[in-house]
Amino acid sequence: MSSITLDHQIDRSKLAVSDEVAIEIRNMNKWYGSFHVLRDIDLTVYQGERIVIAGPSGSGKSTLIRCINRLEEHQEGQIIVDGTELTSDLKNVDKVRSEVGMVFQHFNLFPHLTILENCTLAPIWVRKEPRKEAEERAMHFLEKVKIPEQAHKYPGMLSGGQQQRVAIARSLCMMPRIMLFDEPTSALDPEMIKEVLETMVELAEEGMTMLCVTHEMGFAKEVANRVIFMDAGQIVEQNEPEEFFNNPQSERTKLFLSQIL
Amino acid sequence: MSDMSYVRSEMLPERAPPASSVGLVGWMRANLFSGAVNSILTIASLVLIYMVLAAILPWIFSPTWNGTSQNECREIVGSGHHAACWGVINDRWEQLLFGFYPNGSEGGADQRWRPIVAFALLFVAVTPVLFSMISRRMNWVLLLAVLGLTGLYLGGAVGLILGLALLGAAAFVGFKALSTDKEARAAEIEAGAKRLPNPLIFSAIYPFIAPWLLWGGTVWLPIAAALGFVIGYYAFVFIARALGSLVGIIGAVVIAIVWWLFLTSGFANLMDSILPISLEAVESRKFGGFMLSITIGVVAIACSLPIGIVLALGRQSDLMIVKALCVGFIEFIRGVPLITLLFVASTLLNIFMPPGTNFDIILRVLIMVTLFASAYMAETIRGGLAALPRGQYEAADALGLDYWKAQRLIIMPQALKISIPGIVSNFIGVFKDTTLVSIIGLLDPLGLSNAIRADQAWNGLVWELYGFIALLFFVFCFSMSRYSMYLERRLRTDHR
Repeated sequence: MSSITLDHQIDRSKLAVSDEVAIEIRNMNKWYGSFHVLRDIDLTVYQGERIVIAGPSGSGKSTLIRCINRLEEHQEGQIIVDGTELTSDLKNVDKVRSEVGMVFQHFNLFPHLTILENCTLAPIWVRKEPRKEAEERAMHFLEKVKIPEQAHKYPGMLSGGQQQRVAIARSLCMMPRIMLFDEPTSALDPEMIKEVLETMVELAEEGMTMLCVTHEMGFAKEVANRVIFMDAGQIVEQNEPEEFFNNPQSERTKLFLSQIL
Repeated sequence: MSDMSYVRSEMLPERAPPASSVGLVGWMRANLFSGAVNSILTIASLVLIYMVLAAILPWIFSPTWNGTSQNECREIVGSGHHAACWGVINDRWEQLLFGFYPNGSEGGADQRWRPIVAFALLFVAVTPVLFSMISRRMNWVLLLAVLGLTGLYLGGAVGLILGLALLGAAAFVGFKALSTDKEARAAEIEAGAKRLPNPLIFSAIYPFIAPWLLWGGTVWLPIAAALGFVIGYYAFVFIARALGSLVGIIGAVVIAIVWWLFLTSGFANLMDSILPISLEAVESRKFGGFMLSITIGVVAIACSLPIGIVLALGRQSDLMIVKALCVGFIEFIRGVPLITLLFVASTLLNIFMPPGTNFDIILRVLIMVTLFASAYMAETIRGGLAALPRGQYEAADALGLDYWKAQRLIIMPQALKISIPGIVSNFIGVFKDTTLVSIIGLLDPLGLSNAIRADQAWNGLVWELYGFIALLFFVFCFSMSRYSMYLERRLRTDHR
């Protein structure tokens, strides 16, 4: 897959990774029915890390990040997000979800609400913020993703790239400490991929912890500090991007990279 | 090969379409006379329409409004002509509207103002729910005006003074709306001026006012019934604080039911002996005509939507027992004809009741029709829920909304919007199904038409009566249909 060149040159020196653990996954297993979709996943994510998860379709990469905010349940092992372990206790689930933002492949904006209402809904109803405060912050984030003028339109009136940027702003309004991206650019035209990626780069520069399932290898090279390659439900290889792309170790990784680059 | 390269040097400007494709001529050419066959079909249709109207219109426009019997009608029209005998409608329209509701002919006062006021207040109560463009102010004006006119109609010194005062208040509030433009109003609010209370308050108390107006009796009974909700609410608040919300809901429901079953009548009697305010009681068997159809229709429509939503959600629930109960209820009710349920209501229920209990026949019918409509409504709403992409649920989850908030803010607004055509079809169906109550002896318009036809003077008149009944039903059903289209347009958010 060809990579989109970003106008914005990222200043890697700004990207600091702290040694505070953001997400800890230990020996996690998940089955869909009898299909073993995630096998013995061990992963520690530090605050400020930008991790790109790559792999062929069906390798379980989306399922992995969906386990992190419990859109999917794991059956074995532990997932600890910001000190809270995900169990069937709904209070923990709600706590994790309010700290973890998620951006979906198909945006999943609420079509019956305006852009501004999309952004203020969760702050008002989940965080119990006054409407005015929520709206001010929503406008702040909409400005950041460069579409404040669309605030009173409905999602159906925006282009795909604009919708995805709104989805990012909507997540940011909950002030998450971690952002999950599930193939955020896969449903977009090349022109729009770029505007979304640039928004994500800016987010990275501000120190957001990001886990990103994507096929944008250009983004991985420029922004990620770690690339994880998954196949058949397991982590096959992980490394710094430069090493990962120039010097892949496993045969499976080499084959994958030869096919997409 | 010739040179294929081409570069446009200037972009073409926009031009007006050719004259033959716009305007009336263009429209007719496109839609009526676009070819030989279409032209022939158009002309043939026009001839057909003319012939049908030529046959029907003279029948409809017959000068028989004042005929007092079928024979008199025939004399007015003259022999050999076939024309409607509208005298029957002139003679019996009040009965078709109100049934045998007391009109003063059997002694006592004419009570028919009560259903009329209840009907007018129904509109006041539903406007804030149905129409977003009617302002709060307008709504209060409407309410004050209806109450004022009622006062004037009832007359007497108190009625007159109260009526005039209320109308004056309506005019005052109304003129203030005309005189203050939006900006001045916004500035007022900014400055701390109080907004008018939400008219939904009236919508909430209307369900207690209407039965009192229709059935009469002491005012304390509806107040006691309303108190049940207040008691239930506070019971929920206190129990939920101590024992959690699920126990709270169960406790509140139990306490409210105990209040309604065992304490309501005692409370009403006690208060009535202290401060008697009452309207003349009207028995259910005197209800009839369109008043009865509208009463049953409105209750069934208003109750079936919330019950249907709960059933549809229950059917999708992960809780086995809840799901089984909902599926069982829906499939059972849908699998049984409404007539059967009505027969159960009219005859069987009495057998199972302890002797001496008097369970009002209209109440029994209301419950059955509502349950019947709810089962259909649940399936219609389930269709809307199924049409929503999974991503909407996931996005709501990912933002941390819990089940009820997600349902209320994300899922239901969209699912109901998708189901509007189906929901309104159900409403229209239920409203028309109210005519089935004539089979168990309630005098809805169809039941009355049989009675009227049995009268010597109007023996055997069919078309006039059924035509009139059909027209009234059509007015209601067509309004509902137009409203649903308006609502769909208003809620459309994709391309505007």
